Amino acid sequence: MDILIVLEDSNGKIHRMGLESIVGAQKMAEELGLSIGALVMGANVDLLAEEASGLNVGEVLKVENELLSTYSADGYAETVKQVIEQENPTYVIFGHTYQVRDYAPKVSAKLMKPFIVDNVSVTTNGGNSVFTKLMFNGKLFSDVTPTGDGPYLISFQSAAFSSEKADVGSAPVRDCTVNLDVSMIRTESEEPFQEEAGGIDLTSADIIVSVGRGIGKEGNIPLAKELAQALGGELASSRPVVDAGWLPAAHQIGSSGQSVSPKMYLALGISGAIQHVVGMKGSKNIVAINKDPEAPIFEIADYGVVGDVLEIIPKLTEGIQ
Amino acid sequence: MKIAVLVKQVPGTESPLPIQSNQNWVDEGAVAYVMNESDNYALEEALQIREANDEGEVVAVSLGPDRSQKVIREALAKGADRGIHIQLDTAGMIDPLVTASYFADTFKDENFDLIFTGLQSDDLGMGQTGIILGELLGMSTASMAMATEVGGGKIKVKRELEAGWFQWVSLSLPASVSIQSGLNVPRYPSLKGIMGAKKKEIKVVTPSVANQSQSVEKVYVPQSDKQTVMIEGSVEQIVGKLVETFRNEIKVL
Repeated sequence: MDILIVLEDSNGKIHRMGLESIVGAQKMAEELGLSIGALVMGANVDLLAEEASGLNVGEVLKVENELLSTYSADGYAETVKQVIEQENPTYVIFGHTYQVRDYAPKVSAKLMKPFIVDNVSVTTNGGNSVFTKLMFNGKLFSDVTPTGDGPYLISFQSAAFSSEKADVGSAPVRDCTVNLDVSMIRTESEEPFQEEAGGIDLTSADIIVSVGRGIGKEGNIPLAKELAQALGGELASSRPVVDAGWLPAAHQIGSSGQSVSPKMYLALGISGAIQHVVGMKGSKNIVAINKDPEAPIFEIADYGVVGDVLEIIPKLTEGIQ
Repeated sequence: MKIAVLVKQVPGTESPLPIQSNQNWVDEGAVAYVMNESDNYALEEALQIREANDEGEVVAVSLGPDRSQKVIREALAKGADRGIHIQLDTAGMIDPLVTASYFADTFKDENFDLIFTGLQSDDLGMGQTGIILGELLGMSTASMAMATEVGGGKIKVKRELEAGWFQWVSLSLPASVSIQSGLNVPRYPSLKGIMGAKKKEIKVVTPSVANQSQSVEKVYVPQSDKQTVMIEGSVEQIVGKLVETFRNEIKVL
């Protein structure tokens, strides 16, 4: 095959970002006349293989190995590397998940082939794929092309494509074998866990008032809290606010926090770095207040105010009351 | 315990980013540079490990043009023992495979027990250099550490997973670990530290130029297809229009 899509297990189902990346791969396949195969790997992946065979791919490759029963960067990187060597694809496509970010760079190093990450789209120019990614924390786009011979490793950002378009198909499943040895795996993993039990569920909130670095200091957080109360909404934040210790991690929206789609998302002093945007861009109405007119948050805002949040927030609370 | 920390000089969050007329890169002359945010946390984690063990060495390493020495000095002022500057004009994108190869060449006689990097740089955002470097040097690797525990020839790393999940992973040393921001409270340099940093060694090395496996064709400002209604006026007018929008357009009041 020409394009190999590496799918990830997410609680027994194919990870949403894998389904989205299939849509990107299908676009490339159509424009460049390429064939697609999908890879599932683990200790027992019958269910994943079955789900993958219902997608619009040419075939499904299934790797089963006891050493893949729990995730390890060493085991997964070695498996993907060996499958690439056996199948010789030109493009290897991943969703830009945390797991992929952990092991795919190792595949890149093992093969000395580029890993072009976190792309939001792909276009075709003169028979070659051009990948568009965000740089400078979302402030600029850049078009990136691989140079030299493939395979090229590519990851697509969350929601780069809509997974609803991952057409239905009936692909055959083929077993693949890799040679893994227990000595290759240099890590021991414990069970995943969640912190902050009894934390706040922001996913069901209709109105979210979210603060970013622009709130200035911890002492200003109550201003936003009062506004949230006046609106009958929940208080949330971007990562820098949690990193600074101004709010607990349970309030965090974004790739490492919660993903929300409220009726109104009021972003106060949030620049709109991509790690935050992936967690809130599905909101029905985004209202952004930021002093920087160039802030990327305005790219996705329905309503924007260029101004000082500290001046506006108290008056807005008053106005609503 | 000998720890290398990779520190990168990147545009600050408030820095202007004018694009060069050839659209290849930003106009670096107009950029205000700072230490990459997650690198600052990586440095702090390394310093805390050295202090807890009361022995060892923390080496701050940066790749870039001459201006990069500023972030090495900053690291030295905060307590790093010495610096290495891999001197290279980095205007435009440097392929992470190439970047990591330069570090690997520089480190081959250093025998570091640990390499810490920030999770990703705030300019290119590739998020790969530390992991590739670990792989090139035959080290075990882990990404997105939210806590570390060192002991018994191992490092235990609390890895951040998606959507608020975590996992402890134990790695044999030597290891290369990427550090997520927020895992500690980075210190500020003391006056004594700043004075002392001037006497600390920064070794300058010059790599031979390697072939890139990916390149930037052009950089540009994102064009939004979303129509954003900009609300303008005095603070009072803005507040009035916002309340009206909440009530009549979004219908949340």
